[in-house]
Amino acid sequence: MSEAPKPIVVDQPVTITVNGAAIQAQKGDLLIDACERAGTYIPRFCYHPRMNPVGMCRMCLVDVDTGRGPALQPSCMLECSEGMTVDTENEKVKKAQDGVLEFLLINHPLDCPVCDKGGECPLQDTTVGYGPGESRWVEEKRHYEKPIAISETVQLDRERCILCDRCTRFADEVAGDPLIHFMGRGANTEVNTFPDEPFASYFSGNTVQICPVGALTAKPYRFKARPWDLEEVASTCTDCAVGCSVTVQSSRDEVLRINGVDNDAVNWGWLCDKGRFGFEAIGSPDRLQGPLELHGDDLVAIHWSDAVAKAAALISEGLRSGGPQGLAVIGGARLTNEAAYAWTKLIKGALGSDNVDAQLGDGLPAELVLGLPGATINEACTPGGTIIYLGPDPKEALPTLFLRLRHAIVEDGARLIELTSTESSLTNLAAASLLVRPGETASAVRAIRGGGGDAGGADVEQVRRAIDVLSGDGPVTVLIGRTSAAESPQTVVAAAEELMTLDGVRFLPLLPRSNVRGALEAGMSPGLLPGRVRRSEAAAWFGQAWPTIPQADGLDTAGILAAAAAGKIDTLILLGADPLADFVDRELAERALTGARSVIVVDPFLNESARRANVVLASSAFGEVSGTVTNIEGRVQRVTQKVTPPGTARADWELACDLGEALGHDLNFDGVEAIWAEFQDLSPVHAELSLEALEDPANIDGLLAVAPTEVQSEEPLDSATDSADDSDGASAEDPSDAVADPAESEVGDAAQVAEPEETDGLELVSSPDVLRYVAANDQVVIPATDAYAFRLVARPDLYDGGTLLSHSPSSASLVKEAVLTLNPLDFEKLGVTTGAAVRVSNGARSILIPVEPSASVPRGVAACGVNLSGVAVSRLIDSSSLVTDVRIEVQA
Amino acid sequence: MSRFTRENELLAREIIARYPRPKSATIPLCHLAQEQDGFLAEDAMRHISELVGITAAEVRGTASFYEMFKLKPVGKYLINVCTNISCQLLGGEELLEHAEQSLGIRSGSTTEDGLFTLEDVECIAACTEAPACQVNYRYFNTVSNEQFDSLVEDLRAGRNGEIPDHGTLGRVRQHIEPGQVANITAPEQQSEPGWFRDRNTAAAAEQGEVSS
Ligand code: SF4
Ligand code: SF4
Ligand code: FES
Ligand code: FES
Repeated sequence: MSEAPKPIVVDQPVTITVNGAAIQAQKGDLLIDACERAGTYIPRFCYHPRMNPVGMCRMCLVDVDTGRGPALQPSCMLECSEGMTVDTENEKVKKAQDGVLEFLLINHPLDCPVCDKGGECPLQDTTVGYGPGESRWVEEKRHYEKPIAISETVQLDRERCILCDRCTRFADEVAGDPLIHFMGRGANTEVNTFPDEPFASYFSGNTVQICPVGALTAKPYRFKARPWDLEEVASTCTDCAVGCSVTVQSSRDEVLRINGVDNDAVNWGWLCDKGRFGFEAIGSPDRLQGPLELHGDDLVAIHWSDAVAKAAALISEGLRSGGPQGLAVIGGARLTNEAAYAWTKLIKGALGSDNVDAQLGDGLPAELVLGLPGATINEACTPGGTIIYLGPDPKEALPTLFLRLRHAIVEDGARLIELTSTESSLTNLAAASLLVRPGETASAVRAIRGGGGDAGGADVEQVRRAIDVLSGDGPVTVLIGRTSAAESPQTVVAAAEELMTLDGVRFLPLLPRSNVRGALEAGMSPGLLPGRVRRSEAAAWFGQAWPTIPQADGLDTAGILAAAAAGKIDTLILLGADPLADFVDRELAERALTGARSVIVVDPFLNESARRANVVLASSAFGEVSGTVTNIEGRVQRVTQKVTPPGTARADWELACDLGEALGHDLNFDGVEAIWAEFQDLSPVHAELSLEALEDPANIDGLLAVAPTEVQSEEPLDSATDSADDSDGASAEDPSDAVADPAESEVGDAAQVAEPEETDGLELVSSPDVLRYVAANDQVVIPATDAYAFRLVARPDLYDGGTLLSHSPSSASLVKEAVLTLNPLDFEKLGVTTGAAVRVSNGARSILIPVEPSASVPRGVAACGVNLSGVAVSRLIDSSSLVTDVRIEVQA
Repeated sequence: MSRFTRENELLAREIIARYPRPKSATIPLCHLAQEQDGFLAEDAMRHISELVGITAAEVRGTASFYEMFKLKPVGKYLINVCTNISCQLLGGEELLEHAEQSLGIRSGSTTEDGLFTLEDVECIAACTEAPACQVNYRYFNTVSNEQFDSLVEDLRAGRNGEIPDHGTLGRVRQHIEPGQVANITAPEQQSEPGWFRDRNTAAAAEQGEVSS
């Protein structure tokens, strides 16, 4: 459990003396951190570098002289100032440490051998390192019922608690869910919840990780292993696209725990519970053990050689009859960057089809994601900056991003303008929160930019506040994504275009699906090729390395599904995608699966769509493959294999190679390193990101594939040259160095480009321009709702029915039921009781769904989570319309 | 037992309005709830949390810090017998023992008829009148065993004299005329010494040079 001090910039150095040696410290830095940075560790329990100090445990007492004579003071509460003299190990300090530990152990059980924390316990370690070695306490200790469940997954043994206030502070300060609290007083103080109000926080697992004793344990790991039996590797969570740094710990080839790692650029050590506890799905007995083939009505197990041959035969039959346009791939976000590149090369570069889309109609146009000037999470969270947020509720879609934003707003004075259709987790934090009619974000944006209009129905006062916030200085970052799957992405594009003209604005795209950004960067989107380039502009460049290039831009997922439904798709490959559950328009997905001549599925699980396949290829999952992934920022981080895939399941990249070989196209890859090397050679934005650089401990935060920015085009040529060699983590960290990247080949200078080392002849063609988003200025006119209709908002929910949770026994009960929520006034008008089923219809489509009132939903809006258990709200959505209006009928 | 009655909820809102931040009214509202029900009921804590905008866990955490908020029902009469030093020297512990015997309960529990709860407490600042005890926080000085028994007898017979119901407190109920509310400003808007107000900001880097 590394809890090293967070990185800081020393711009106001002061000299302090620690144990006789003079050191330079940043003025105002906490003494406990400054000492640790200088190599002197001070024992502590309550202090955590990512939370405000409280001085609760007194373990960090040191002898400090600030000019008034030496005295014992808690080093976690003391800021460094010039001339401070500190002794951390004299007799006085030792006596204090002895005393504090003896007091702590009065009530703490001395039964480490049966405690889950034994072996990795700060209390145990600190007692051995600094304690008295013996207790004088002979009286009875305090007793409590043990353990009590404080949430679905977290259990608390109050006898072990040393009242350090870490869990309770985390819940309050970091997560904003103060559902656990100290109760009682003095020796009878305990951590507890309110009766019947569990610690139902999306972030509850972090308390288990930071508890310095064995008081808090989590169901998925409790008593499964001893720390000394665990092996661990550093990796990156791929459950959503934030890309939190983690360690994956296993014993006997089974993943047993995921812990957060402090990545200063991303997650600060925190994880959401889905990412932390979802690992159980990896070892699920439901995992596919090997390939399956459709025989009659049943999917039956077959040998790999037969499965690959069968899949290849389906593909080549299809190509013979329908040509490359008849071949389509949906999915890719679950893949590593390497697997995504291998599949792109197979489908686009060998088989010549451009019908590849890693997004399932729930994302944004790839050109927008890759072509707008990009912001990092740290930039978005700049103290005093302005954040414009229009996207899915971050707590539901990108949980640790929510923690970062919350911290930026609450602690660092960032100001947030939120544009949303229903109240979100950000609403209470926002300087201005505009409740906009679904689909009308663009008019709200026009209004806050001073363009007047009705602001999409947003409150005038909020609009005024937003204008006020925008007129301040400080950088402006736009966090942009799909608030609702029931609105067309065009509505978001229109809003983005209104914001592009803001001075110096940068964008952070909010695509929730795991490695979706990596898949897009690897070219898994129609019209694109690897490295953020347009097919139309990069054909010559890729033509040198690939056997073929698609002749025309292909279809996106909606297009592919529509073509399949119309019988125009011969072979549909689902690459870790389950369109029946995940595509925004369930009805279209159903028709497509029926209409496609053959369906090949590559997946670790037999999901609903996979049951309709001709061939199913079992693939490996998180923790079973090594490689890299890319988060929403374009940050490339490593994922590492820790366990063996079940049965004979194969890595996705291997499957691409297998199929290629069977189809007569050797992709020429003998491992993920070879794939990365080729990708790096060809991509104009990944030139600096070698695997060696990524492995360098200095780049523990990952490296940024730098996005084109507005500034770059104005940047003189030579500055590009300067920083081109500045390829280390520091430059990758700071996108203002984006200029540095040779990728910005506005200059069109091939010499500036990632020089392909092994591929001869590439010098003849200059590398293609990195795409830059150009506003299309399409008119998006949102139709008015009629008085009887409700406008549907289909929003993401963290605890959805995706494979991860439904196959994780400890978390499966968290999956929520689909409920339609209405404003209490609208609800009252229906005259039904809470939870009653109503019929909701959109033209010919209709569902029966329970309904509830909620004050977070404005009038005229009907909101529902997507992909929950129970009914699928995606049955109501027509992916070809701008917004979704529904009628609600009470069932007799 | 319960959430605030309509009348008490109105009063609660009035109390909240006296503070720059709603959650500052948590403790006064706990008093109000305790007055209403004789103890601080779970539903009341939940209601308070809704009214002041914090979680129920925070209300319970705050209330449970204070001995005088009772999170479980107590008898109509809460009897506190002091056993701290002065009283102890003059027979406080013997008085407590007598009380236990005559009420038939141990300290910390309530008689079956729900009339009496007995507690031993630390100094209640009546040392000159030791041994002292209180009934619903009303004092009884230099109490002998006989006096204790007759006090209990009176209370059983409904002769409770000046003793209010448990939980009754004057001050929070008090209605303040709108014009008389001392307008408290939120700390961040008060003219605090600069070094204190800005203690967390970069400006505080120049600590000491900023005058108040
Ligand atoms: S449960 Fe653990 S983290 Fe929470 S206060 Fe107790 S010791 Fe600290
Ligand atoms: S926020 Fe996303 S990346 Fe981070 S732990 Fe949760 S699911 Fe994983
Ligand atoms: S670490 Fe400083 S008081 Fe606990
Ligand atoms: S000791 Fe009993 S009142 Fe002070």
